[in-house]
Amino acid sequence: MSDTPSTSSHGHGPFIAAIDQGTTSSRCIVFDKDGRIVSVDQKEHEQIFPKPGWVEHDAAEIWANVQQVVAGAVAKAGVTADDVKAIGITNQRETTLLWDKHTGEPVHNAIVWQDTRTDALCKELGRNVGQDRFRRETGLPLASYFAGPKIRWLLDNVEGLRERAERGDILFGTMDSWVIWNLTGGVNGGVHVTDVTNASRTLLMNLHTLEWDDKILQSIGIPAEVLPEIKSSAEVYGLAAGGTLAGVPVASALGDQQAALFGQTCFSQGEAKSTYGTGTFMLMNTGNQPVNSYNGLLTTVGYRIGDQDAVYALEGSIAVTGSLVQWMRDQMGLINSAAEIETLASTVEDNGGAYFVPAFSGLFAPYWRSDARGVIAGLTRYVTKAHIARAVLEATAWQTREITDAMTKDSGVELTALKVDGGMTSNNLLMQTISDFLDAPVVRPMVAETTCLGAAYAAGLAVGFWSSTDELRANWRRAAEWTPRMDAATRDREYKSWLKAVERSMGWLDDDTVEE
Amino acid sequence: MARTIQSLERAAAVLRLLAGGERRLGLSDISSAIGLAKGTTHGILRTLQQEGFVEQDPASGRYQLGAELLRLGNSYLDVHELRARALVWTDDLARSSGESVYLGVLHQQGVLIVHHVFRPDDSRQVLEVGAMHPLYSTALGKVLCAYDPVAHSEVAEVEREPLTPHTVTGADAFETALELTRARGWAADVEETWEGVASVAAPVHDRRRMPVGSVGITGAVERVCQDGVVRPEIVAAVRDCARAVSRDLGAGRF
Repeated sequence: MSDTPSTSSHGHGPFIAAIDQGTTSSRCIVFDKDGRIVSVDQKEHEQIFPKPGWVEHDAAEIWANVQQVVAGAVAKAGVTADDVKAIGITNQRETTLLWDKHTGEPVHNAIVWQDTRTDALCKELGRNVGQDRFRRETGLPLASYFAGPKIRWLLDNVEGLRERAERGDILFGTMDSWVIWNLTGGVNGGVHVTDVTNASRTLLMNLHTLEWDDKILQSIGIPAEVLPEIKSSAEVYGLAAGGTLAGVPVASALGDQQAALFGQTCFSQGEAKSTYGTGTFMLMNTGNQPVNSYNGLLTTVGYRIGDQDAVYALEGSIAVTGSLVQWMRDQMGLINSAAEIETLASTVEDNGGAYFVPAFSGLFAPYWRSDARGVIAGLTRYVTKAHIARAVLEATAWQTREITDAMTKDSGVELTALKVDGGMTSNNLLMQTISDFLDAPVVRPMVAETTCLGAAYAAGLAVGFWSSTDELRANWRRAAEWTPRMDAATRDREYKSWLKAVERSMGWLDDDTVEE
Repeated sequence: MARTIQSLERAAAVLRLLAGGERRLGLSDISSAIGLAKGTTHGILRTLQQEGFVEQDPASGRYQLGAELLRLGNSYLDVHELRARALVWTDDLARSSGESVYLGVLHQQGVLIVHHVFRPDDSRQVLEVGAMHPLYSTALGKVLCAYDPVAHSEVAEVEREPLTPHTVTGADAFETALELTRARGWAADVEETWEGVASVAAPVHDRRRMPVGSVGITGAVERVCQDGVVRPEIVAAVRDCARAVSRDLGAGRF
């Protein structure tokens, strides 16, 4: 986005700057005291694919881009470092970097969360226990997304790295740590820290003590010397040492999904947000206790403000949502633009009996069946492309319902309303369908940039720019609300049919099936 | 027989020659095929190229049909696309004006609401997407009538019933209001549709400068107006929003 909303009544400083170091781009947004956007700057970085399934980023390019977008956003806002009271950070989670603490140079490209090179390593680490070996301590299954196994891979595969790491010459960080270390001076006294939310995605932090778990470090084979200090999500880590915002406190860090939870002001137990993009991430605040999941969800830290108790969350993700609409556009050619899915789906009253289970790479939460593949069930001569378009939207809504049900089972808390954000919230029919299937209101906030807003909020709290979470709540504005219109009998009948379709997607792959 | 325009006939012949599959032809092929001098043919090709109906391959210098021809047959803007593009800007308009925001398009003889942002005051409000508003009395409708000839001809067939004592019902008075709308680039409805309610709207254009919809705010007349006229900062915010959405759709600055 090169243009920024710039209407008359922005109010004057002071401001908070939020940096979002994301998977495809780095952005900086300047917010005013009401939480309104003053300016935005954004720059994409290269996606490096060295082999199938491998995804890397050049961390030096990312740091250069971060400096550039901070300068850009501050210039567009027409403010100076004096007007900016704090810098907040949010970031793509789990992406892993090791760098030399004396030169500041990365020892290898960052390994991105989507990268699957540690699949085999994770299986090996599971030994006879399987992927839940560290779940009790960390809340996570042993899967290739998380940072711990990626560190191990780097130590094993970059020549001489393990020795350098054991000597204390190497630092590990997720992208929050990399940005903070560089912002606060890098080789000249940069602070080596991470926040509890990012640390909770490494498979190395104990959720109960919020400290690195020595036993797991030993099991995975990671020297403690490389690890950053775990801090809260909202406190002053240090001051920016140079650049456009020299002297401004660096005062928050949150993983992107946790930042969205914070930006949506889900500060009470049972409040949940769902971000609808290419995939979908739903987080529910479960209060000050980590809730074990027996229904395929992840347990993670939601946020921690200063020395207050940590707030935990349950997380469920849907692998294929916006990307299913893109598939309808690019692979099937049934629509010309993503928005047209609503136009096509609106030409019919219902799904005509068709159900679409987009298990393109297996079923995720709450099933975790890698042997499943996509199906369209219930086809008859009557079904048209419009019915399929409707089934596409319903697939996202039903999967939201399944995750919500799992969260209710695990936490014992009934969802009262779902706060939504992300690109797909412009799809009115989808939002209405989600409300119908959940039998709960769906609410869209007035600021679409909830991720950056969350980082700004946390930084602002740390420096006293905002007094309390209550004040932040008062800033939250409802832009739209969809309320359920479906009768219970129809909902139950449809849900049953959906579950039957899900059943049919399972077990497609077997030992005889060779993929690709 | 009615008089025809020769240069248009020649242009049509050129297009027909280039039509069908992946045909690329050089200038001399085209001029000899339609039996015209190279200079004349080149003039026709250059004009068609300027309009986007013909493209010239930079490497070979040969001509082929242009992308604009495809768009001609497939030109309407999907309203859901319009909403997706307007989302950020309409949210910001609601915040800056403190009023509810509506985005409307022409549908039959009324304004179809395709997007609605709540007034940012936490009061209970109901989403009005899909509702129809009158074309002749609302600010959204007047903008459509002023800029879109189709809306203008539709509204001519509508019985302009008085909805309030302020509704403009006379044909001349209505045309004067549309002229004023075109002259200043925005329309107002001060208690002409609903008692106690005022609204302000401005046009949204696509990349070919075609009017595709209108966007505006609606609120209590006491807040929207001051001393009987619409507050200038509200007009400015509405017009900023309409320009931003138009820019997002590819319209140039204006």
